[in-house]
Amino acid sequence: MIPLREIAFARSGDKGSSANIAVFGRTPAAYNWLRGHLTEATVEAYFRPLGVERVTRYDVPNLEALNFVLTGVLAGGGSRSLRVDAQGKALGMALLELQVDYPENK
Amino acid sequence: MAPPLKIGNASGFWGDQPGAAARLVADQPDLDYLTLDYLAEVSLSIMAIMRAEDPGAGYARDFVDVVKSLCPFWSAGGRTKVVTNAGGLEPEACARACVAVLRAANLEHLRVAAVAGDDVLAVLKSAAGGFASLDTGEPLSAVAPRLVTANAYLGAGVIADALLAGADIVVTGRVADPSLTVGPCIARFGWTAADYDRLAGATVAGHLIECGTQACGGISTDWLDLADNLAIGFPVAEVSADGSCVVTKPAGSGGAVTAQTVKEQLLYEVGDPGNYLSPDATVSFLTLRVEPAGADRVRVSGATGRAPPDSYKVSATYRDGYRAHGMITIFGHDAVKKARRAGDGILHRLKREGCVFREHLVECLGTGASVRGIASRMSDTHLVETVLRVSVAADGKEPVERFAKEIAPLVTCGPQGVTGYASGRPKVLPVFGYWPTLVPRSAVAPSFRIMNLARP
Repeated sequence: MIPLREIAFARSGDKGSSANIAVFGRTPAAYNWLRGHLTEATVEAYFRPLGVERVTRYDVPNLEALNFVLTGVLAGGGSRSLRVDAQGKALGMALLELQVDYPENK
Repeated sequence: MAPPLKIGNASGFWGDQPGAAARLVADQPDLDYLTLDYLAEVSLSIMAIMRAEDPGAGYARDFVDVVKSLCPFWSAGGRTKVVTNAGGLEPEACARACVAVLRAANLEHLRVAAVAGDDVLAVLKSAAGGFASLDTGEPLSAVAPRLVTANAYLGAGVIADALLAGADIVVTGRVADPSLTVGPCIARFGWTAADYDRLAGATVAGHLIECGTQACGGISTDWLDLADNLAIGFPVAEVSADGSCVVTKPAGSGGAVTAQTVKEQLLYEVGDPGNYLSPDATVSFLTLRVEPAGADRVRVSGATGRAPPDSYKVSATYRDGYRAHGMITIFGHDAVKKARRAGDGILHRLKREGCVFREHLVECLGTGASVRGIASRMSDTHLVETVLRVSVAADGKEPVERFAKEIAPLVTCGPQGVTGYASGRPKVLPVFGYWPTLVPRSAVAPSFRIMNLARP
């Protein structure tokens, strides 16, 4: 198992009470693997402690990216949430800590 | 074919580096336009509160200082024009302040335009129904009496019109962030409102530079590995007549413009990449090509556009009580245990005093509090230090003011090792609810006025 950050880079941002995390493969092989393995269900389970309501994945193959929209993950968002990360700035870094079973021979 | 239009950005938000604009034009004096973004989702509600206390304060005064900082450049023959949404709730007041600065610098030949028409508060307040929240579907009546601001995201057309009328500085209120870039492109290239692919391309360019240094390595995943991350440069988009662009930054500035930094910023704050909504065009990012084009140069092409929605998006905000956050450092063995207990103590004492909070939160920074419950690599019993952060929210102001006085007493009643309290009592902040909704285009009439048209 390796942290996702070894095969991907990412950026997160906010929209009201929701956030998005764009995840990019560092190589074409990594991106192909991510398309098959980094599912909505995986991301939703990972962010459940933050109260995410729903995760939607958009595939952006021309950018070798998966864009995840995490509905309701920000507990009210920038104007209202009491959390230190009210705007989801840390969510990308958090997802990159996910341990993934990426095959060594890739 | 017309040469590319060079458009820089020197402010990604209200609070960005004050010296960025003067530095950018000094590093790249052939810049055609400088754009500066000041308005996040709830910035206008903060301006509304400022204006309630001080009429005429409903705009980003920081921008007037930026204009002042650019005067030596213009006096020396610099020709860069400026487009900004710093006008906030009072674009005309902001533009007048700019005119005063220009007059003092003997630069009153520079024309300052103010854009109006985004304020739709009266439309929403007088509505019998409709204007449901795009987030929750709730009817506006739930919050209508508490509305503070309601502003439509205007498009680029009115900015282009102001530039074509001779404006050197265009000051808007709420416009779609990318439209600050699209406006100059329309003015230069003469695109029509139906040139959707070109408008889409310029919208992508505007989206890429609207957050300042974020296009040049700021907040990138591999930030620590950037060649020079001490002073990352602000971005420049060279937009061609076909709407494609090259993203770059001034020679000698820090950071990097690579396919990676550009791709990260392309999807920043984006929902469905096949339907990026802007008042100028509905853009698909699924056809974009991102290619290296030299050192710190990345070419972005292939954007496709469709007709924009026949309504404007509106950001409305309403008052929703008060909040405050207090922070104090706890050092020593069992630091986290002690911090949590001390935080609970603050809330306990306030409850004893009769304070009622609708929400409260105790966080221990250093333990992974940014994403509580996720990705913590070790038990926090190892930590010898933490920052205790306690937050409350209430409908009324009094309990929150009382809370603000209850942090410092930990210095004497808390665990040994309480320290790092030097910044005074926490500020009591108003809470604004965010109410995104739609308004028909027919209810909005964008316009502009050049504030200093008469020859001096």
